[in-house]
Amino acid sequence: MSNYNLTHLDELESESIFILREVFAQFENPCILFSGGKDSIVVTHLTKKAFYPAKIPFPLVHIDTGHNFPETMIFRDQIVADLDVRLIVGLVQDSIHSGRSTEERGKNASRNVLQTNTLLDTIDLHQFDACVGGARRDEEKARAKERFFSHRDEFGQWDPKNQRPELWNMFNGKHDHGEHFRVFPLSNWTEMDVWQYILAENIQIPSLYFAHQREVIRRNDTWLPVSEHIHLNETETPIHKKIRFRTLGDITITGGDESDADTLEKIVDEVAAARQTERGNRADDKRSETSMEDRKKQGYF
Amino acid sequence: MNAYLDMELLRFTTAGSVDDGKSTLIGRLLFDTKSIFEDQLDQVKRSSNRQGLAQADLSLLTDGLKAEREQGITIDVAYRYFATPKRKFIIADTPGHIQYTRNMITGASTANCALVLIDARHGVAEQTCRHAIIASLLQIPHLIVCINKMDLIDYQEPVFQKIKKDFESFSSKLDITDIRFIPISALNGDNVVNRSEKMSWYEGSTLLYTLENLHIGSDYNHIDCRFPVQTVIRPKMAPYHDFRGYAGRIAGGVFKPGDEITVLPSGFTSTIKSIETFNGPLSEAFAPMSVVIQLTDDVDVSRGDMLVRSNNQPDLNQDIEIMMCWLDTKAPHPKSKYIIKHTTSEAKAIIKNIRYELDVNTLHRNVENLNIGMNDVARVQLRTTKPLLTDAYRKNRTTGSIILIDESTHETVAAGMII
Repeated sequence: MSNYNLTHLDELESESIFILREVFAQFENPCILFSGGKDSIVVTHLTKKAFYPAKIPFPLVHIDTGHNFPETMIFRDQIVADLDVRLIVGLVQDSIHSGRSTEERGKNASRNVLQTNTLLDTIDLHQFDACVGGARRDEEKARAKERFFSHRDEFGQWDPKNQRPELWNMFNGKHDHGEHFRVFPLSNWTEMDVWQYILAENIQIPSLYFAHQREVIRRNDTWLPVSEHIHLNETETPIHKKIRFRTLGDITITGGDESDADTLEKIVDEVAAARQTERGNRADDKRSETSMEDRKKQGYF
Repeated sequence: MNAYLDMELLRFTTAGSVDDGKSTLIGRLLFDTKSIFEDQLDQVKRSSNRQGLAQADLSLLTDGLKAEREQGITIDVAYRYFATPKRKFIIADTPGHIQYTRNMITGASTANCALVLIDARHGVAEQTCRHAIIASLLQIPHLIVCINKMDLIDYQEPVFQKIKKDFESFSSKLDITDIRFIPISALNGDNVVNRSEKMSWYEGSTLLYTLENLHIGSDYNHIDCRFPVQTVIRPKMAPYHDFRGYAGRIAGGVFKPGDEITVLPSGFTSTIKSIETFNGPLSEAFAPMSVVIQLTDDVDVSRGDMLVRSNNQPDLNQDIEIMMCWLDTKAPHPKSKYIIKHTTSEAKAIIKNIRYELDVNTLHRNVENLNIGMNDVARVQLRTTKPLLTDAYRKNRTTGSIILIDESTHETVAAGMII
């Protein structure tokens, strides 16, 4: 008998495609939560493969804090044009204007937490019943507990202690009106799998992931990019460094690493040798030991 | 790097409660394969210090939720990932206590392999038997029995041999063919990743070597062709105006262009025109690949239908015998109708008969006072509103499994393995 084995990347891809097709079949109005980061780019790529030769049947939703890397925005608009999909943008600035959200103050102020309100309002406005995201279980300990199909109540809340059992490859997307699901096709992927897959499939990603010269300051043990959204104190002097970003969030909270990895092959080697987790440079996760669990319960990504 | 691209994926499950060393074993596997990052370790050290512990408690790595860390117990299934140059591993880490049977079953449902831990000081215990019985019920093909804490019994071979013999006399009643025994000390790392210098009498492999080399290619059914249709792909745009493909994930067998197939339940026959993917057409496709199949004829096919080889068909019936695990806090009601999900198809079902309740500690069949509640395992007969296309679970884990969903709460209330 011949060898009917799949490689791990083929098996992960097949699992993700199965899940994306279940989303299409089980829900009326799904969307993809698109941040411009590598994980949501891979989810979008997998969706393209799942429905080929038809177009991606879901709109992309971007929750825009206004604190973006300019490169991310250019990339977002390019991918939307290439795929001929609908883009829906929820603006955190609008939530602040309307009084729904209040800007944080202080030195490490960010709009990370404010995204939750804007996200939930956007889901409500467009009546999405499934939001596909790129979160992975290996990223963070609260995410290790996530289901593929993760139920959210009418307030958009996650109840981690009372989740539906998920057996075999059977996904229960039943819900009441006003409730929705978050769906995570990359649950079983690791950071390394994502990078290997980007390399194997030659997927386009923002230039920020590659080593480049940038004006930065040293803060909280990381190289934080200088931008109009960051307030420098007297002791902080901007310098130029060759850095790259392992993850992309808001420009105010995403730190870079010194690196010479300017090709996908070099990035893969760098990730293989890394001794810190990829979210180690994300100020949003460092607020407390349970900051991800706390934010997720409220409705965060 | 090419080696990395050729890796296979192995999913294994562990079950255990607080004191049997399960978290320490997982921590050891992660630590010795360099899968723990410095910032994760720093966090564990800080938490350990706060709790007044002298050294880093590796078990803290495996508990995710605030409530779990506070109470020092595993409640829900957590998934862990690590890789060696040979394989990528997914661990479904589950609690081991009887009150979490449903979580163990959930973790076991996708596993190729189960690790069962035995404390060398105590030998085969009730919980050992329960974990092995669950592995057998869920038809996990490979079972590795780790006899742990060998350091506490001076690494004596006779103790290991006695436990092995005891386990074998019990496991002869189970439906598992591949069982291996490894003497280990998770705490000191003996025979986990590195060979123990203290047990020269043991000639077998280390745990990691065993996990890296288990033959898993035959864990899928490559004989009986089953293709449950998820959705129909019709691009309705140039140049694909006439394209009509059936999307799904192959549940069994090998499909090739030119194969004669039957569409069930309608019974229409046709021929496979092509098997399509984004990367181009395929000359064959097998489980668990996700593909799109085009047929030569324009027959009626939709979600819930199944493409099979004409000379090898599943059972078609409305009375379905299953081993059921009840997952919900609310007990089943004899008159209740539940939504039944089977592959991509859906119907309604009632629990028509409860044949017996299975004691998951002893395999004893209880036929009196049949009150099924959460975590109970029972053999029951379901009656469905329409015929389902089923195989025995032991033949195919995908076409042989079902779940029941409560119509009003939408909770997943039961999992069933078709007999």
